[in-house]
Order: sequence, then structure tokens, then C-alpha cells
Amino acid sequence: MNERIAGTVKRVNGPVIEASRIDDALMMEMIFVGEQRLVGEVIKLKGEEAVIQVYEDTTGVAPGDNIYGSGEALSVSLGPGLIGTIYDGIQRPLESLFDQSGEFIEKGLSFQALDQEKKWDFTPLVKKGDFVSSGDIIATVQETQRIEHRIMVPPGREGQIKSIACEGSYTLRETILTLDSTVPGTGDIELTMAQNWPIRKPRPTADRRPLNIPLITGQRVIDTLFPLAKGGTVAIPGGFGTGKTMTQHAIAKWCDADIIVYIGCGERGNEMTDVLNEFPELIDPSTGRSLMERTILIANTSNMPVSAREASIYTGITIAEYYRDQGYHVAIMADSTSRWAEALRELSGRMEEMPAEEGFPAYLPTRIAEFYERAGYMETLSGKEGSVSIIGAVSPPGGDFSEPVTQHTRRFVRCFWGLDRQLANARHYPAIGWLDSYSEYLNDISPWWEERVGPAWAEDRREILELLQKEVRLQQIVKLVGPDALPDSQRFIIEVCTVFKNAFLQQNAFDDIDRYSTAEKQMRMLAIILLYWRRGNEAIRRGVTIVKLRRMKVLQEIIKMKLTIANDKVERFDRLEAKLERSLDRLGAIYG
Amino acid sequence: MDKDLKKRLLSAREYVGVDQIEGPLVFVKNTHPVGYRELVECRDRKGNIRLGTVMDTSADVAVVQVFEGTSGLNMPETRVSFKGEPQTLGVTKKMLGRVFNGLGQPRDGGAAPRAVRHIDVNGRPVNPVAREYPRDFIQTGISVIDGMNTLIRGQKLPIFSGNGLPHNELAAQITRQAKVKGQDTDFAVVFAAMGVKHDVARYFIDSFEKSGVLEKVALFLSLADDPSIERIITPRSALTLAEHLAFDEGMHVLVVMTDMSNYCESLREISTLRGEIPSRKGYPGYLYSDLAELYERSGMLKGFKGSITQLPILTMPNDDISHPIPDLSGYITEGQIVFERDMHARGLYPPVAGLPSLSRLMKDGIGEGMTRADHPHLASQLFAAYSYVKDVRNLASVIGEEELTPLDHQYMEFGEHFEKKFINQRADEDRSIEETLDRGWEALSLLPAEELHRVTEDEIDEYYGTVAVRKPEAGL
Ligand SMILES: Nc1ncnc2c1ncn2[C@@H]1O[C@H](COP(=O)(O)OP(=O)(O)O)[C@@H](O)[C@H]1O
Ligand SMILES: [Mg+2]
Repeated sequence: MNERIAGTVKRVNGPVIEASRIDDALMMEMIFVGEQRLVGEVIKLKGEEAVIQVYEDTTGVAPGDNIYGSGEALSVSLGPGLIGTIYDGIQRPLESLFDQSGEFIEKGLSFQALDQEKKWDFTPLVKKGDFVSSGDIIATVQETQRIEHRIMVPPGREGQIKSIACEGSYTLRETILTLDSTVPGTGDIELTMAQNWPIRKPRPTADRRPLNIPLITGQRVIDTLFPLAKGGTVAIPGGFGTGKTMTQHAIAKWCDADIIVYIGCGERGNEMTDVLNEFPELIDPSTGRSLMERTILIANTSNMPVSAREASIYTGITIAEYYRDQGYHVAIMADSTSRWAEALRELSGRMEEMPAEEGFPAYLPTRIAEFYERAGYMETLSGKEGSVSIIGAVSPPGGDFSEPVTQHTRRFVRCFWGLDRQLANARHYPAIGWLDSYSEYLNDISPWWEERVGPAWAEDRREILELLQKEVRLQQIVKLVGPDALPDSQRFIIEVCTVFKNAFLQQNAFDDIDRYSTAEKQMRMLAIILLYWRRGNEAIRRGVTIVKLRRMKVLQEIIKMKLTIANDKVERFDRLEAKLERSLDRLGAIYG
Repeated sequence: MDKDLKKRLLSAREYVGVDQIEGPLVFVKNTHPVGYRELVECRDRKGNIRLGTVMDTSADVAVVQVFEGTSGLNMPETRVSFKGEPQTLGVTKKMLGRVFNGLGQPRDGGAAPRAVRHIDVNGRPVNPVAREYPRDFIQTGISVIDGMNTLIRGQKLPIFSGNGLPHNELAAQITRQAKVKGQDTDFAVVFAAMGVKHDVARYFIDSFEKSGVLEKVALFLSLADDPSIERIITPRSALTLAEHLAFDEGMHVLVVMTDMSNYCESLREISTLRGEIPSRKGYPGYLYSDLAELYERSGMLKGFKGSITQLPILTMPNDDISHPIPDLSGYITEGQIVFERDMHARGLYPPVAGLPSLSRLMKDGIGEGMTRADHPHLASQLFAAYSYVKDVRNLASVIGEEELTPLDHQYMEFGEHFEKKFINQRADEDRSIEETLDRGWEALSLLPAEELHRVTEDEIDEYYGTVAVRKPEAGL
């Protein structure tokens, strides 16, 4: 084989290899170790020595084994065919690994990230003689029924079109465009429909835009109380079993992004299988197409090599940026970023670096910041708008949010959905605590809600949050002296909050109607509960007892409205509202 | 030279004398290039062979971890050979009914059964596209499990216990009673003991014997007085056999592993010896990945008949669920059955804490056609009501029970009934799922129907109050 030998193995310590006899190896170069050609990356260079992290199991690697260089940085392949595929952490398609090695993943398998044989229907948008540059869209390919893949000039390339393929079917191997490069001495540039990009380097854009459109997730506690903006960043910390994965899955299914990149980073194999089984069957409410037609999966399960876990996050975000550059809104879920941080820690430990807090390397905060910085609402190089929103789960040891990964993540995200153990234990899902959680996007996205959904939105939201806060103080009193010590007016606050929690905040991911709520349904539900609050409060002031209010039959209907009123039947809230008004009128009449 | 030939020649090479011995680690200098995780044979001066594996290899030195411990080895006379391949276990169905040590060598006096395959004990990651999502309900006959934390075939569901709590009884009861509705299947039990005492092993053997399944059980015992390092390999040997039984022989295998805490301690011991930077409580940073390598060796595969269901047992140091061992386990396993000392003290069996216990696979294995249509809502309602009971009890302890509202009194009563009639049962009591669910409704019927937000009107009509219970007190 005509390969460059970049060095030899000197020491093997788990996934970390020390190499000697290095001269021209590049930092971040993708390399192959030994005759099995295990994939790795150069992460440190010093004199004639290098440190290499290997993305596959290193069992059997011995000192003296050859290390082969690829001459390129660890990159992903970008082009039609990404959607609907499940990859491992370094973009090896799991289906193709399965074809080669069956149920169990072997080492040293060859792979092509994108299908090289498949023909795609290519529609050119530019013509011979046109001048094109970085990021310009030169053609389209219908990648799935729902996604039009926009073929772009790779960043850093420009020139006059010498020739372009005419409309027709082509594989990713075929040249579809030849550019006369403007850079002197660099000859013609031949482009295919695919391009490569190094995973650790953000893809360039023209400009950042303000974040003022919410990412509607269909999860009421999120959209109504702690909304995320398109292009925004959020952390979901929570101990085990509090609902990180379920929340991520729910968002992946129902949010109004165009493209979903889901990274299973160091978590369970069965959870990826679950997604693989479920997504193709689920229908995206906004397009009527299967959810798999907008989803890309990356799986580095907890029993796969730890270094590929470190890479999986970057593989995912690079793919996300690529679709953003085509003018799409992309949401990326990373479950869990703690496993990625722990992978960093393990690798750092094996390299015998000086640890900072709890064994994590001192550069942990930098890495976290760099990752979340890759989110944003952008103007692309071709002048379109696109966004990448990052939703990162955090798994704090012992569920303690004061640990380093949660703390550092908090510094770099603007939205925080803290999962509460108490709520999860009571099977109140999603267990997003309303006291710890926050969203800094609120003011920026309020106009969107007020214009599109209802003018009272921000005010209603503020009012219910205020009640929730009051309730906490009242509950503290109740815990000391019992509820009877409170006057009805205060007990009614507790009552309304209980209704709000049961009827609104709690949302059953497994119920066909309840699993997601449109913005309009959310607003109507909130309005009805606030109607109960405002008029009930009034009634109590006039002497109606809380027991009477509680016994109103219509209350049962309100508590179950999330399950009974479907998203496309919101007009039924009118009837429910009228019924509540009538019941309250009757109570009022008695006490007059 | 032909690579295989070269490998064979090198593996026959024996190095006499080692350069350093520290705990279970042996350091050998000036060897041929040995591979990471290669199998090692150490021959002591009497000629007995101990197995080990290469943990770190460089041009200067190979670090070997010896599974049978290093006591009795000396530096000049120890002979070491490197086998050129990772440690394998010879497996066969004939291992059922036999007792082995942690490395898979017979410890029942019999001859080693003839292996049909030799498999790398470290296993390989299952490709997620090859997995079959587990959904078959296993009836354990234990209400708090079947009703609230349903076990699914292919699940990994650990018991988080504490010293002196009846985790062995529960594990044995599950093993005895577990069945899949309407299926008569080929099953096997693989039992891995790590650092537990002889009487624990004895207890399980007796229990298997009594229920007449001993010939379906393979035991891998590395007991408290065996070298602690052997515990590292014990679950790997056990799971290797389990994979063979499940995926080559088509059997449904239940793997009981006890006590995972002892396993983790051995891991910590080695890590400390090697001077690795610890993360929490001195445990190595890779404890999570290491445990995942074990726990993820469970489940089902597309197109294969068999399955591996794991029932690991771990004792929580100081009953602390946030300790790294239960904590990291909980992050990997598909739920957990958590024991509560207080319930045990009140004489309740099994002392399963209602709230922190969880079965993550329950959602896909219960309901219409699997258990009963009302099951999902019923379970959710029981959790919600029982969680409120905990609040009421706290309140009662502050203001006195007399001061509670009538409604809260009803919750107190519900709580009592739920614990005594639903959770509590005999260690030989095998309840059908219908009985379990009916008992759930019986408890709920102590609460006013308007309180039951998580069940539907239809379900209330059908089940609420159908089972004879006392009427709620008058005067509400
Ligand atoms: N929105 C929800 N609706 C219903 N059940 C939920 C919801 N969120 C979590 N759960 C329950 O909690 C369990 C644990 O949730 P999961 O997301 O896997 O937790 P984590 O990822 O934080 O460990 C799930 O198996 C499910 O039973
Ligand atoms: Mg999870």
C-alpha cells in the first residue's frame, strides 16, 4: 500500500498511544494504527514524539506497530445521504459496519460515510461562466421528500464556472462542477456533490443575527415558561432517571426545526434502538412526513470506545452547521455532554496532564464554551438565514448541580432546564423545576408570541410564575402549621398552582394527544387556568368557600383538557371557557 | 515471516524473572513488543499457572494485572509468557449445572467441560442497529415490581440495597418466579459472585436446588476470601457464557451479579496502585465506561431467539444513593429497584422504596395486550398518590396527625394500605399481574375519585371501588 508511515507505537495505555519517530505528522491529523488500521487522531506533538488518541479498541496494539498518516485533519463527509443515517462517533455508518461485522462491532472496518453508488437527481442553479464563491448554492438535490439538499461551493473556494453537469442523476463520485480558480497557480477546481470539513473547526458564516424566534418544542413547561430561541443554547441537567433523555427525545420529535441531529453520547444502546424504531413511524405534524426524513443520528453508546465519544460531539455539530449553511434551522441534541466531558477527563488522565477540579482538565471550560459558541442564528455565506440550536443534557454525579460540568455549562448557555428529583420521583414529567430553571431569551421572543399567538402571552406567563413563587412560600408555612392555618384566599393560590401543575405542566410523552401541544393550545390552556384563578379569587373575596370552588364539576374537565382537546380542535376551549364562566356565575349568584 | 507463525513462536517464549511486583500488578521489562490487553500466563516457582492481562505496554515495560493475585510470587523465579491474544473463555451449554471460579475454571472438582467456542471475555460493543428493543413483560409475581417497576425481558435492572437488607431473598425470589406469560421457554441462569461470603453463595445454590433449576444454573464464584483482583474478570466470564447461551443457543438468560460494589472496589484498588488520577471518592474516572462495558452486555438482538436479562445487586455504601457506585450504575442501567432501610425495619418485604425505584423499559411492556389496559395509568396514579403520602407524613410529624385535613387522613390511610397490602408480600408469594393490579385499585379506592387525575373516567367506572374496601370517612 502506498501510504505514508508517520511514526511507530511506543506505548499503549488504553485509547491513548504514545508514538515515536514522528517527523511530518500534523496536529489533529487523522491516522491509522497498526495493520488493522485503527482510526486515530494526533492530539499532541513534541519533538519526535506524539500522542495519539485511537477511536477504536486498542486491544492487541503493541510497541513497534506502524502508524500511517492520512495527511488530513479528522473530518466529516458532507453531502446528500446524511439524513436518515445512524453514524458512530467518527461518522462510520452503523448499517455498513453491521454489513461487515454483524451484531458486534469489530475493529479496523473500512467505511464510507456517504453512499458512493447511489444516484441523486441533480438540478443545477448556476451556469457556465457564472462566478461563484464560498457557500454559494450551485444546485439542489431532493434528499428526502421533505428536505431539499442545497449543494454549496465549499468554504475557501471560488472562481468562474468552466463547466457544470446538466440536470440528471449522478453519484457523489462524479465531478459536477469545474471552476477556474481565481487564486493564481492553483489550476482548475473540480467539485462533486460532497465536501469534507474538519470537525473541530466551525464552518464560516457571514454574520450572527439576534435570536428572536422561539424554537417551539411542543412541551408546555418549556415553550410557555422557559422558552428556547432558534439558534439558542440550553442545558438540561438532572440526576439519573429524572427525564433528560425523554425530554431530548420529545424535542427531537416535535420541535419545529427543519433538521434534527441527535447525538447519543455515552448513553444506552437501547435508547438509540428506540429512536431507530420509533422515528420512522412517527409523522411530523408540520409536514406530514416521517420524522426520520429530517433526522441524523450519531451513536457512541457507553460501551463504545471512549475517545470516539469525545469526537462524536464535534461530528454532530459540524453536520448541523452544514445544514444551517443551506438555510435550515437545525436543532442538535447531545445526550449527554457529561459523558463527553468525562471522556476528556479520561484521555487527559491517561496523558498524565495536570488535573483541575475533580480530575477534569483545566481546559474543560474552554472546550464547553467552544462547543456552545457553535450555536447561533446566522446569515449564511450565500445570504440565507439558518440556525443551530444546541440542547445539551448534563448528568451531574449524585444529581448535584454544583459539580464542574454543570457549573461551567451554566456559564455558556442562556437557558437552563433543571430537572428536579422530587418531581421525577412523584412521576411529575417533564420534571423541569420551575424555581431553578430560567430562560434569558424571554424578552427577545415575547414579541413573536404576542404577534403570532396572543397579545396577553407575556403577561399571563408572568402572572402564573408569580403564583408559583408565592406558592412556594405558602407551602413552607403549610409544612410548619398545616393548611388549615391559611385563609382561603391563600389556600386558593395553592389550589390554582396544583391545578396548573396537574393540568398544564405535567405532560405525558406517551399519550397521543398530550405528547405535544401547539403554541395556540398552550396559550388557551394557560388562559383557562388563569380565568379560574382570577374569577375564583374574586369569588373567595365575596365569601365563596374554597371547597365549593374545588367541587365544581368543570374543574375535572379542565384538569383533563390536555388529554381531551387535540391540537387541531382548539375551538373546543371556547366551550370549556364558557362552561367555567357559567359555573362561576352560579357560585357567585348563591353568595351574591 | 508469516504473522500467525510469528505470534505462535512469540507466545511460546517465556521470560524468567520479573522486575517489580506491586499488589496484583507485575512489571516485566525487556520483552518482545506485547499487545495491549494480551493474555498473560505467570508461572510461580511451583509451576502453577496464574492468568493475567496486559494493562499498559511500552518499549520498556509491560504492566500485567494478575487475576489470581500475586501472593507467593517472587521476582527471580516467576516466569511470564504473553499469549498474543486477549483472554478467552471456552464456552458450552454444558457449563450449566456447574460451578467455576472467576476465570471460568471448574471449582466443583469436575473436569472442565469441552468448549464449543472460545470467546474474548471483554466482549465487543453491540451495534445499536442490531438490537431488538426489549418489550416482553416478565411476571415476577412481586407486586411492587410487576405493578410499579415492571421487569422486561432483556432489561438490566439492578437492586440498590444496603448491608443486611434482603436483596438476596428478592433476587432468589425473582429467579424462582420469573415467567413470561403464555410462553414456555428455554431459560438459564448465570450467577456471578464477587467478593461475597460463602453463605451467600450457599443461599443461592440452595434456593436454586429447592426450585429444581440447579442444572440450569452456571455459577462463577469469586468469594470474599479469593484474591480481590479476580473480581474484575468474574462478571466478564459470566457474561461471556451468557452471550453464548443467549445468542448461540437461543436461551433466555437471567444474569445475577452480586455484589457490584465489591467489583468497583477492586477496580479502585488497581487504579490507586497505578497512581491514576481519581475522580470521585477515589474511584477511577473510567468507572462509568467500565461498568457500561458490563451492563451493556444485555438485551436482545434482531433475528435471535435468546435474551440476556441482568439483575445486578449492589450494596450502597452508607445507604447513600449518590455514592459513585449506585450513581454511575443508575446512569447506565434501565432503572433500579431501591431498598429502604426504614421499610425493612417496619417489617415490610420487599422493602422497595416506592419513589426512587424505576423501570425505564416498563412503558413499552405494559398495557393492553401485554398486562392490562389500565396498568400504565394505574401505576402513574399510585406513584403520584404515594408521593403525596410522603408529604402528608412529613406534615403529620410536624403538626400532629390530628391536625390533618380529612383528605390528608384519607391519604394516610391509603399509604398504610398500599404498603401493607400492595408492597408487602411473603417471600414465597407469587401474585398474578391481575391480582397485583386489583390490589392497586383497592388501595386507590381509599381516596376520593376526584383525586385520581391520572386515570380516566372509564377506568374509574370499571375498577374504582369494585374491590371491597371501607367507605371513606363521613364528614368530608
Ligand atoms: N415526559 C415524560 N412522560 C412520561 N414519562 C417520562 C417522561 N420523562 C421521563 N419519564 C419516565 O422517566 C424515565 C427516565 O427518563 P429518562 O429520560 O430516561 O431519564 P434520564 O435520561 O434523565 O436518566 C423514563 O423511562 C420514563 O419512564
Ligand atoms: Mg438518559
